[in-house]
Amino acid sequence: MKRRASGVLGIFSHLDLVVKTIKRLKEEGHQDLRVSSPAPFHEIEEVLESRVSPVRFFALIGGILGALSGFALTIGTSISWPLITGGKPIISIPPFLIIVFELTILFGGVGTLIGVFLNARLPKISLDTTYDPRFSEDLFGVFVSCPKEKFHSIAEILKSSGAEEVRFEED
Amino acid sequence: MRYSKDITYGKVNTDILKILEKPGKIYYFLLFIVLSVLSVGVFAWVYQIYSGIGVAGITHPVAWGIYITNFVFWVGIAHSGTLISAILYLFRVSWRNSIYRSAEAMTVFAIMTAGLFPIIHLGRSWYFYYLVPYPSQTMLWPNFRSPLIWDVFAVTTYFIISFIFLYMGLLPDIAAVRDKAKGFKKKIYSLISLGWSGTDREWRHHSSAYLFLAAMATPLVVSVHSVVSWDFAMSIVPGWHSTIFAPYFVAGAIHSGLAMVLTLLIPLRKVFKLEEYITQKHFENLAKIIIFTGLIVAYSYATEFFIAWYSNNIYEQEIYKYRVIGDYALYFWIMVIFNTIVPLLFFFKKMRTSTVSLLIISILINIGMWFERLVIIVTSLAHEYIPFSWGLYRPTWVEIAILAGGFAFFALLFLLFVKVLPAVSISEIKEQIEPPRKGES
Repeated sequence: MKRRASGVLGIFSHLDLVVKTIKRLKEEGHQDLRVSSPAPFHEIEEVLESRVSPVRFFALIGGILGALSGFALTIGTSISWPLITGGKPIISIPPFLIIVFELTILFGGVGTLIGVFLNARLPKISLDTTYDPRFSEDLFGVFVSCPKEKFHSIAEILKSSGAEEVRFEED
Repeated sequence: MRYSKDITYGKVNTDILKILEKPGKIYYFLLFIVLSVLSVGVFAWVYQIYSGIGVAGITHPVAWGIYITNFVFWVGIAHSGTLISAILYLFRVSWRNSIYRSAEAMTVFAIMTAGLFPIIHLGRSWYFYYLVPYPSQTMLWPNFRSPLIWDVFAVTTYFIISFIFLYMGLLPDIAAVRDKAKGFKKKIYSLISLGWSGTDREWRHHSSAYLFLAAMATPLVVSVHSVVSWDFAMSIVPGWHSTIFAPYFVAGAIHSGLAMVLTLLIPLRKVFKLEEYITQKHFENLAKIIIFTGLIVAYSYATEFFIAWYSNNIYEQEIYKYRVIGDYALYFWIMVIFNTIVPLLFFFKKMRTSTVSLLIISILINIGMWFERLVIIVTSLAHEYIPFSWGLYRPTWVEIAILAGGFAFFALLFLLFVKVLPAVSISEIKEQIEPPRKGES
């Protein structure tokens, strides 16, 4: 996916205005929105109608892989040098389950991390040109990607719904 | 948890980023003390490596002494950090938001400290990699039936998951620091913020991952101290070989960890004037959980004695009699009084709301829990089955110096953390306060 560089950015300082603006933009057929906020908000998520994050599948797959590698490691290494200790069977499942459990969690956690990185497209080398340092403090940003011709109509929508600043970003 | 109405988004950033400003005299003074103690500890360890493990007091019959005590103690300290950051998160307990960051950092640092001690205990510390399963030339693998290997897996997993969890929570806050920093600092923070820009896409995946990590950390934390307890319970040593050890250790771990959170937060709040974010209510809530864990610990102590009496096993009975009136009776009574009776003082509202009494009681519990580990480990080994092989353990100056060094190592990490990264979560406090609204509909 190519970086969306062309578009209009509106900066807001009130959450309710952001939510209203997103609604209005969506109604008018602008789907390609990017909203920046200082904290996560369910209201924004709901109005954007984004899909449920697929990170959960990464956690699940990581966990399953972890469990399998736990079994493979304990059983495989025990068979490769079959030495009876403490009169216990070579493949002693109950103690091996502890290793399986720990590796399930370990791989599940690492899988979750990979999931975030891939889905949220992190790490980024440089910040987008549309990023404003005040987004991490108390401002909200709504970026609408669109061709140059639509700049003014969108800027009009943003301003009329309460944007305090409007910026144009060109390729 | 309601914060005061005057707290706005901008104020949260200003107040919390203020902690990261150039440190004052008290900070340097503390740093100096910590570094001095740490260097004594490092010296003692180097001396032990140079002369051999014989300079430590551990020998037959007590081969596990202060080093293993420290290991168990520090792993335990780590646990309440995960309780506050993960378990209370799953239960949507809102007061956790302003204290979880320091608790989670404490977890990571406590595991790092704990991890040092088995390696120090080895004597020939450079052979620690024998515990790691890797295809070696001898084609030998670790014995996966041994609790010591379970420990390696449990503690390593715990460290990695806690670190990921801490870092995940920190990301938006590192971005906030980055946006205010200048020059070289800005470069460093830009690098570790991974280009976080607070977009809806980032938040969506971040929140989801955070939930899953919390859900995974919760069973993990229970497993870790259970595994640590099985280092003892899987043996046949009287006083160790018990089925209640896993829950008993987990409860004790959270008990000591909560006390450590209080011990760290009270000065943190005072020095950096965080009264608006970390309120008396937070301390009161922590104190209430301490009453609860203290009661579980008391019940566990009682159950151990009951098992010894009801089983009619003379070895069990002997060891419990020995703990109460034997050579280490003083430590036993410190443990009982500090861990089970002192926390009951929190039943009085005055005790829960006065900073001084909170601090004193939390330190007493820390001491008590450290002695609990010592009593469990040392008395059982000193007084096993055959009276002929009974013996006493006296720690040497090397062990005491390394013990102090361990505390200094932990304190150093925490001191550095407080000045480098936001010790109170900026973005999660914002989730708790009312977002700026225009108010017209």
